[in-house]
Amino acid sequence: MRPFKYSRAEDVHSAIQKVAANPNAKFLAGGTNILDLMKEDVERPDELIDVTRLDLAGVKMSSIGVSKKSIAIGGLGKNSDTANHPLIRQNFPLLSQAILSGASAQIRNMATNGGNLNQRTRCSYFYDVSMPCNKREPGSGCSALEGINRMHAVFGWSKDCVAVHPSDMCVALVALDATVRVQGIEGKERSIPIIDYHRLPDNMPQIDNNLKQGELITAIDIPENNFAGNSYYLKIRDRASYAFALVSVAAGLEINGDSIQQARIAMGGVAHKPWRAAEAEKFLVGKTPTQENYKAAAEVEMRNADPLEHNKFKIELGKRAIVRALQLAISNNMS
Amino acid sequence: MKRRNKRIDLTKGEKELFKEFMPEDFIELSTYSVERRHFLKLVGLMGGGIFTMQFLSQHSIFAQDVNELTLYEMPTDVENVVKVTFKVNGAQKMLVIDSRMTLLDALRERLKLTGSKKGCDHGQCGACTVIVDGRRVLSCLTLAAACDRISVKTIEGIGRSEELHPIQAAFIKHDGFQCGYCTPGQICSAVALMQEAKNGEASYITNNIRSKALPIQLSDDEIRERMSGNICRCGAYPNIIAAIREVHTGKDGAQPWQYSS
Repeated sequence: MRPFKYSRAEDVHSAIQKVAANPNAKFLAGGTNILDLMKEDVERPDELIDVTRLDLAGVKMSSIGVSKKSIAIGGLGKNSDTANHPLIRQNFPLLSQAILSGASAQIRNMATNGGNLNQRTRCSYFYDVSMPCNKREPGSGCSALEGINRMHAVFGWSKDCVAVHPSDMCVALVALDATVRVQGIEGKERSIPIIDYHRLPDNMPQIDNNLKQGELITAIDIPENNFAGNSYYLKIRDRASYAFALVSVAAGLEINGDSIQQARIAMGGVAHKPWRAAEAEKFLVGKTPTQENYKAAAEVEMRNADPLEHNKFKIELGKRAIVRALQLAISNNMS
Repeated sequence: MKRRNKRIDLTKGEKELFKEFMPEDFIELSTYSVERRHFLKLVGLMGGGIFTMQFLSQHSIFAQDVNELTLYEMPTDVENVVKVTFKVNGAQKMLVIDSRMTLLDALRERLKLTGSKKGCDHGQCGACTVIVDGRRVLSCLTLAAACDRISVKTIEGIGRSEELHPIQAAFIKHDGFQCGYCTPGQICSAVALMQEAKNGEASYITNNIRSKALPIQLSDDEIRERMSGNICRCGAYPNIIAAIREVHTGKDGAQPWQYSS
């Protein structure tokens, strides 16, 4: 690992100032991803500002406007604390499930909510510093495009990058219409809808998201919804646990009588960012919650997929995963 | 490792610099015998009270566990020095370390607690699992520099040889290992798992996650899911599950083997 300066931030303001002032500085939160990448020589910060002791870990209820409520999870809350917080389990079981499907108990105890959003792809060419990779070294080429791309994207990829975003948590946050609250220099705050937070690769795959140097995620706001009892996070992977998703689906259905009032579907393991299955959602509104309609919705969504040489299986897997997630959202009985 | 045994000889200015910026270290320096050429230069003081230093020589007089009251030469260059004080198995430890050092390396190489194992060193195997402030974490992905004021429990702090922790005894009874390399991590993980179940913490496969968190009776599937962060290449999984099940349920399980008599 390359040498770096370490310091512990005493307050949010000074932490932001330090990272904003040095383009090679990074925040250190749980460390589960950045430390690994530093050992691999993929990340090479010369300064780490430890923000783990800042008071940004709570889960708070707040109001949006007059009647609607939202719950804010702290940017530095641990993944495990967030997943098991009574407010989250009750109101957003989809988020709890998604977090708990990721990594291991040990890693969830370390990893933070903000860090989860900012984790980098697990594309093996990104990790292998002896191979070309536009994300790691812009302009060097994409080894996965014509390499072993079984784990890679089927939506939204470019010839410069076919990597996928590894997070489960973010897939649920997209389905939940969350907003990311960030703070920059001079206390400037802004909110970014989660769907706009991560980027598609285009010709700049080295930039994963729209966070600027020095900006710190202070909280993630999640608006209340009416589908907590009818939601499910389905994750399909090569082994039963402790593996990244081949395909995952976050599903929520708001049912009124026998028709679908609102559908929320987001997919993981299929794109450079959590993929909102907007076409499937649109198809389902006003329909009855039946297997036939789920299948038709899955067809509508996956017809736009564009697989690579080794991941054609993700098309059929994606369809079946959407159908199964919707079925489980209704039948898993989370009342 | 050779001990150093010559008197320190600081100039008046150096002494004052130390007194002012690092009073604890000044006492330490006065107490220890250190070669003059190993004196270090204080280069700067960063915001938030964290000191950064660079060494005049390649060796560090601060590369020591002060509890042992001995001075060891560091095997490699030390840069970006950080001072941390934390508790390990109940005992207060103070280390001065390179910012790159992981908690795992600090435990193994500096504190001589070699029970925690380095399997993959990339957070994929769980062999380095320790318990920090009551929660199981991976020491290979934890910077030692970030450990100031925390409390660490390693396998050395779980049970004693004359009185094993119930999980340790069950691992022996059920033959929950073959080569034993993953075992310290498995046991730390299992000990923490018991508490998580008592707290009612859910896993991905817990039914009705919306219900209130009450103590959970774990099925074998639940134990498997919750232990999935600890890989065992010998494949002792069925026996590990049996050991954890026995302690968790309090019901005696049958031993899978018997010595021939």
